[in-house]
Amino acid sequence: MTDTLTPILTKFWDDPQSWTLATYEKHDGYKALRKALGMKPEEVLGAVKDSNIRGRGGAGFPTGMKWSFMSPPDGGPRYLVVNADESEPGTCKDVPLMMANPHSLIEGVAISSYAIGCEHAFIYLRGEVVHVYRRLLRAVEEARAAGYLGDNVAGSGVKVEITVHAGAGAYICGEETALLDSLEGRRGQPRLKPPFPGAAGLYARPTSVNNVESIASVPGIILEGSDWFKGMGTEKSTGFGIFSLSGHVTNPGQFEAPLGITMRELIDLAGGMRGGRKLKFWTPGGSSTPIFTEEHLDVPLDFDSVAAAGSMLGTRALQVFDETVSVVRAVSRWTDFYAHESCGKCTPCREGTWWLRQIMTRIENGQGTQDDIDKLLDICDNILGRSFCALGDAATSPITSAVKYFREEFEIGMHTPAHVLFPPERSVLFDVNTKESSGMVSA
Amino acid sequence: MSADPNETWNASGFLHVSPESKRPYAADVLESLHADAAEIIARYPQKRSALLPLLHLVQSVDGYVSGRGVSFCAEVLDLTTAEVSGVATFYTQYKRHPNGEYTVGVCTNTLCAIMGGDQIWDTVSEHLGVGHDETTGDGKITLERIECNAACDYAPVVMTNWEFFDNQTPDSTVKLVDDLRAGKQVAPTRGPSRVCTFKEVSRVLAGFDDGLADEGVGAGPASLLGLRIAKDNGWVAPEGGDSAGSGTASSTDRKDGSQ
Ligand SMILES: Cc1cc2nc3c(=O)[nH]c(=O)nc-3n(C[C@H](O)[C@H](O)[C@H](O)COP(=O)(O)O)c2cc1C
Ligand code: SF4
Ligand code: FES
Repeated sequence: MTDTLTPILTKFWDDPQSWTLATYEKHDGYKALRKALGMKPEEVLGAVKDSNIRGRGGAGFPTGMKWSFMSPPDGGPRYLVVNADESEPGTCKDVPLMMANPHSLIEGVAISSYAIGCEHAFIYLRGEVVHVYRRLLRAVEEARAAGYLGDNVAGSGVKVEITVHAGAGAYICGEETALLDSLEGRRGQPRLKPPFPGAAGLYARPTSVNNVESIASVPGIILEGSDWFKGMGTEKSTGFGIFSLSGHVTNPGQFEAPLGITMRELIDLAGGMRGGRKLKFWTPGGSSTPIFTEEHLDVPLDFDSVAAAGSMLGTRALQVFDETVSVVRAVSRWTDFYAHESCGKCTPCREGTWWLRQIMTRIENGQGTQDDIDKLLDICDNILGRSFCALGDAATSPITSAVKYFREEFEIGMHTPAHVLFPPERSVLFDVNTKESSGMVSA
Repeated sequence: MSADPNETWNASGFLHVSPESKRPYAADVLESLHADAAEIIARYPQKRSALLPLLHLVQSVDGYVSGRGVSFCAEVLDLTTAEVSGVATFYTQYKRHPNGEYTVGVCTNTLCAIMGGDQIWDTVSEHLGVGHDETTGDGKITLERIECNAACDYAPVVMTNWEFFDNQTPDSTVKLVDDLRAGKQVAPTRGPSRVCTFKEVSRVLAGFDDGLADEGVGAGPASLLGLRIAKDNGWVAPEGGDSAGSGTASSTDRKDGSQ
């Protein structure tokens, strides 16, 4: 039986100077790269495929399969682009990973690049986390100086360069084709698919876009073997992942565990609900995934079980809200976010999110009209599946799921403002009168 | 309420730039801009990819995306100024009017807002007398409402020049902005020993290392929570093929998701 928590990527985050090459090498760092370079690229790809690791960026597409779907080599460049845009509300795993252990990502990039025949890889980091950028730049520099990157990686004759690129603030740049346009120096707007990036991605060349955690998991798979990886998690959601608990638990934080752990177990590890209050609703994988309630506490947090229960595992961004919180207020704020971040390329999302925002604001202010709930659902119906990219679909998730579980709260929004029904000061973490923190950070 | 130091900036955007915004760069500034631009362009197989870092570079010199900065980017990348402006206006980190020395961003996305971000925003906005994307009269602070900054386990979060200030309260944030305005050195929770200026940070975002990577913590307490609990309980990941010789996958039984 696997232990409840399985620190792998997080294993030495508490080392002093955990981010340095010296620390990483002390913990078997770059051994996997040496091992990989002794294998054929297709064997490395085969091992990743055999591990069944599914992408950690949200959609859960098998990483090895994505690589094998890339157009065959034609002598021209092929690219690996790491998606380090981490902007999905609630998601906070890649940023601490890159801050504390950037070399796991760099080694993963070197191995993955070798596997897919890429000589120049990119890490697209959101621009709003400057210290993470420093750590990545430094890690690349250290790895290059040690011969793990460059024209002759670890003496093998293989070439791998990494450019770490900072974005400039736009959630949509996490969508893989928008990310590629942004990396090409354009407005970050999604591209029509097909062609998929595997056929025509960065500079119209075969490209694989993978999440930070997906790529950082590759060294372990190579070093310890795909059976080791499959020994954790469930049959169809193999391996481990970082689960991020935030909100009204006693101790929010990061928990690295096999996929399939339950929210009940995680809340327990987080010290239960703050002040013994009742759980009201939570997101399994960020604001784009339909909300869950208490009835879903025992759903195994793996891709298929969460989907079967009506939501998505997403990025394991578990945002927890207790009974003091107005679901209308929460959803209204997420709706503001989607309206703000809609890139404007397609009509259902650009216009639809604007209207959703108008109506959600009305309901939050207690000024909803008789048919507002129907109108909300009707607009959601017109956005879902009709938008150019998944951001439009995502904007509908919080609304439709919240109406499903808490319809009466939306109805009350026809006459009573959310802040009257649920005084906001009851939800905050500090005493509003003294405005001092109640010191809930770590037990 | 706006305390914009320079009224002419209120009509923001490239179409309404002040004469200063278009005044040519001094020769030495231009020379170093060209040297930096060449270094940035060399990082990419195609030079247009250099546009985002170049815009950060322009902000490191002018404190915002100036008209002359747009022209400079267009010139070195063989683009039209309209193409450059089109990109600059898409991203929230590019400023269309002179930014304060410090951008203070209060996260008011749902989770932080509910944990206290809304109260922090109200208090600080009232304290400074400025609203979203407005700058204090002394040019020190540009206040912003920001979206989720990937630090929700430290909610409520405030970013200062894109460094993390975790677990904030209205009082701590008021103290933060007061210290910044008084010119005191301020240290983020997870970051270097001091917050750099907007221009300095913009230069880092253009990809130029400032040598501060080794400062600060590796991880904050919330990031380490799971690890600490695992250590307390003696929980570890299974032994692997490399460490155990033959692999220990069969010793685990959590295969069907139901435990
Ligand atoms: C609006 C939007 C935002 C996204 N943001 C991210 C992100 O920040 N990081 C990420 O890895 N994937 C993000 N994705 C998913 C990517 O499009 C893509 O599926 C992912 O990077 C693939 O990596 P993976 O296969 O390793 O999961 C986003 C998708 C959408 C539609
Ligand atoms: S769905 Fe929204 S974000 Fe996606 S392309 Fe359409 S407008 Fe842009
Ligand atoms: S919601 Fe504020 S950091 Fe995520």
